[in-house]
Amino acid sequence: MAQKKLGKQTVMFQNPPSIMATSSIVGPKEGQGPLKDYFDIIIQDDLWGEESWEKCESKLQQEAVRLALSNAKIVESQVDYLFAGDLLNQIIASSFSARSLQIPFFGLYGACSTMTESISLGAMIIDGGYADKVACVASSHFSTAERQYRYPLELGNQRPLTAQWTVTGAGASILTSQGEGPYVTHVTTGKVIDPGIKDSNNMGAAMAPAAADVIVQHFKDTGFKPSDYDLIITGDLASIGKDIAEDLIKKEGYSISKVYSDCGVKIFDNEVQDTHAGGSGCGCSAVVFNGYIYKELLQNKLNKIMLISTGALLSPTSAQQGESIPGIAHAVTISNSIS
Amino acid sequence: MKNINKKDYEKYVNKKIPKPKIIKNCMWAFVVGGLISTFGQLITNFVIDNGLDEKEAAIATPVILIFLGALFTGLGIYDKLGKKAGAGSIVPITGFANSIVSPAMEFKREGFVLGVAAKMFTVAGPVLVYGFGSSVIVGIIYLLLKR
Repeated sequence: MAQKKLGKQTVMFQNPPSIMATSSIVGPKEGQGPLKDYFDIIIQDDLWGEESWEKCESKLQQEAVRLALSNAKIVESQVDYLFAGDLLNQIIASSFSARSLQIPFFGLYGACSTMTESISLGAMIIDGGYADKVACVASSHFSTAERQYRYPLELGNQRPLTAQWTVTGAGASILTSQGEGPYVTHVTTGKVIDPGIKDSNNMGAAMAPAAADVIVQHFKDTGFKPSDYDLIITGDLASIGKDIAEDLIKKEGYSISKVYSDCGVKIFDNEVQDTHAGGSGCGCSAVVFNGYIYKELLQNKLNKIMLISTGALLSPTSAQQGESIPGIAHAVTISNSIS
Repeated sequence: MKNINKKDYEKYVNKKIPKPKIIKNCMWAFVVGGLISTFGQLITNFVIDNGLDEKEAAIATPVILIFLGALFTGLGIYDKLGKKAGAGSIVPITGFANSIVSPAMEFKREGFVLGVAAKMFTVAGPVLVYGFGSSVIVGIIYLLLKR
């Protein structure tokens, strides 16, 4: 019997794993945004001394893990598993960084939901007694994503107002079985939900129902109320998707507006930085959580949060073949106290 | 959560989408497109004044404009112009140069054969195919009507 299962889709940990350290590395544009003071490293150009953007993204991920390990004062050999994912075809940013990190590796693909997917699995593997320390990391890079999903950077085209700006950055969390918090207390795993949106420039609308669904399911499974949280934050719904998610959740009888935000809205100043609807990418919730939210938790400015990274499960091929965009979202509850 | 009706959801989402500023965008396209075309005319006048006949000028002008479109793409200026001007900088022949040079630059790291050469026409290719295709069809219709 699944003793730690709560309701339909939620896991409640018996010995909640602790997040012992994090790291965040971002690109130049993110380093000019409203959260700039929270990031550990801001790189000065989008290659970071590498020959290609793909190599740069892999380096972002690798260095994020190394930095998180050094913040945790441990070394690679003490880590049991690495959970990593990114947006590139065949997740090369992750596997190439795992090649040099030499930590036993589980490669993940959950589109932009990867950060909470990795924390969910990492926390489960620790509470299950299979590991003492795991590293969870996710990355994205504006230029690698643009060339894979959209157009060449120098093409003189216009981006629609619903478009989002892929975050260049990587964030890593080190989870441990014995620590003093913040703790990962609950995990609610989302289902794939497809509301039929076909416009790959409107991913917020494609992902919002998946986010709303997992948030509502979390409340039902755990019995928590929105007011139990200091912050409920989705991954990269951006301005349009955030509005929609809020509406959908309200229809189900939960008002989250007082504590609700979105990483894609937080990371850029859309007016000044010309990022249209806001940020997106695996790196978006990864750097906002590992940079901003984690530090606020440590300072007790936030005590209990729910992070819901959101992914749009499309590929360039599926988009060209006229398929709609399925969405996914995974929620994790992170709290300073275990009660 | 209850299942979402896809049609209702689409309608609902369309209400949430911000509307583009059509008049402002059209003004930009009109002014920039007009300026590029006027500049093309200046080139034509200049080369004719310097001894080319009209037929030669009609070759020299696009060659110079294509060169400039490619140059400004390489300098990283044309995409910034395109962001403001939209069709104003896409439709003139400089935009065509931009659509070929930008993927060629982007895919240089994949090598000169499978990168630059193979990807060069990813954006412009459809324009060429349907441009050539429709010109052939129009040509045949013209030929038939002329008889």
